[in-house]
Amino acid sequence: MPTRAPPHPAEASPARVRVRLPGALVDLFPGAPRSLDIDAATVRDMIEELNRRWPGMRDRLCDTTPAVRRHINIFIDGERARLETRLPPGAEVFILTAISGG
Amino acid sequence: MATDTCLLLGTKKGAFILRSDESRRDWALGGPYCETWPTNHVIADPATGTIYAGGGNEWFGPAVWKSTDMGKTWTHSSEGLAYPEGEQPVKAVWSLAIHDGVLYAGVQPAGLFRSDDGGETWKHLEGLRNHPSRPHWNEGGAGLILHVIVVDPEDGDRIWVGISAAGVFYSGDGGRTWEPRNSGTRADFFPEDQRYPEFGQCVHSLVKASGKPQRLYQQNHCGMYVSEDGGRKWISIEAGLPSDFGFPAAAHPRDPDTLYLLPLNGAAQGRFVPDARAAVWRTRDAGRSWEDLREGLPQQNAYFGVLRQAMATDRHDPAGVYFGTNTGSLYGSIDEGATWQPIAHHLPPVLSVETLVTPR
Repeated sequence: MPTRAPPHPAEASPARVRVRLPGALVDLFPGAPRSLDIDAATVRDMIEELNRRWPGMRDRLCDTTPAVRRHINIFIDGERARLETRLPPGAEVFILTAISGG
Repeated sequence: MATDTCLLLGTKKGAFILRSDESRRDWALGGPYCETWPTNHVIADPATGTIYAGGGNEWFGPAVWKSTDMGKTWTHSSEGLAYPEGEQPVKAVWSLAIHDGVLYAGVQPAGLFRSDDGGETWKHLEGLRNHPSRPHWNEGGAGLILHVIVVDPEDGDRIWVGISAAGVFYSGDGGRTWEPRNSGTRADFFPEDQRYPEFGQCVHSLVKASGKPQRLYQQNHCGMYVSEDGGRKWISIEAGLPSDFGFPAAAHPRDPDTLYLLPLNGAAQGRFVPDARAAVWRTRDAGRSWEDLREGLPQQNAYFGVLRQAMATDRHDPAGVYFGTNTGSLYGSIDEGATWQPIAHHLPPVLSVETLVTPR
């Protein structure tokens, strides 16, 4: 699966994106919506903003490698993203739970 | 004073709470809680009735859940429940213990954390993973897990932990420094001349005898043991048992000589109850002799096992004894094991059982 190249720090400026959260995550944080707009430069910044609004959400999405958890997928306009991935203005970010469990 | 008795279950699909009155005959089942996360251990703080559930979800990682209203509502946190960046991340919480308001969590990969604010935030007790033996710890079948924490009820600085498959470790200073305490326990999976190492044994469960500061019992992958000196030296007490293999051990709430085990048929034979006939085995003389307790338990075609944290006693007199199976059944005895009744069937695989007796 191709991933976006990490941004040059100078290029990283906040962009407004639409973020869609998985139901299983929203269930853990009363009041969190399934869809919201966030201004952030990178996926990491976006998750920090989610964590600011709903304390603890970062730990549900990221491990301490640090990396997006192995069974969490983040897609930006159809491409899989990492923490370093830059957010293009107007992008649609899908946070999805991977097939897992038994 | 009238009391309620609660059974706290961790299962592969969430936590459950069963509640009964003093008679312990009819049980009301609540759950599944914790969003059906795999929940390895559920305990209660007897001082407050607060319930804590530890587990880990493949999607969202480890957390300790907390309920202050007997399961009606839950919160969760893993703030601080992490190793430094670059180390293998914490995957799940496996064991919990509470002493004087201090909450402990044992995790996978093996390590110990402490919370002084009721599970809101956690601090790593680094001394254990800094022990010189750490690079040589081997994973057990379920991974490198810290699955049992025993805090001396008389002295909270004295802590024993069990790690599969690193063995028993002891701290006398509240978790700052540790030493292995495995002398006398076997490791049959090592070459013949290396079967009594300083560490590396596969401890399955560890319990402290009531009222005896130095007596511990241990069910190991390779045998059953008692220690009279806080784990410095272990003595085999497996003679008279149907096998040297099993997972859980449950101590009597008052009698230090009484212990309950649930031996299985062997590590490589399916890990079922022997001969497909269920029995809890009890000693009343600190392991010198054993008796099988079968009345009310299935005596044919019973192909189940009982996992390491899935047996418990309550504090009633006579004491209740309970165990949950890896096939989702729960059995209980209200006469110290003499007779048994099924309490629930068709639950998810039961990973842990604990009890709480509360004022009504």
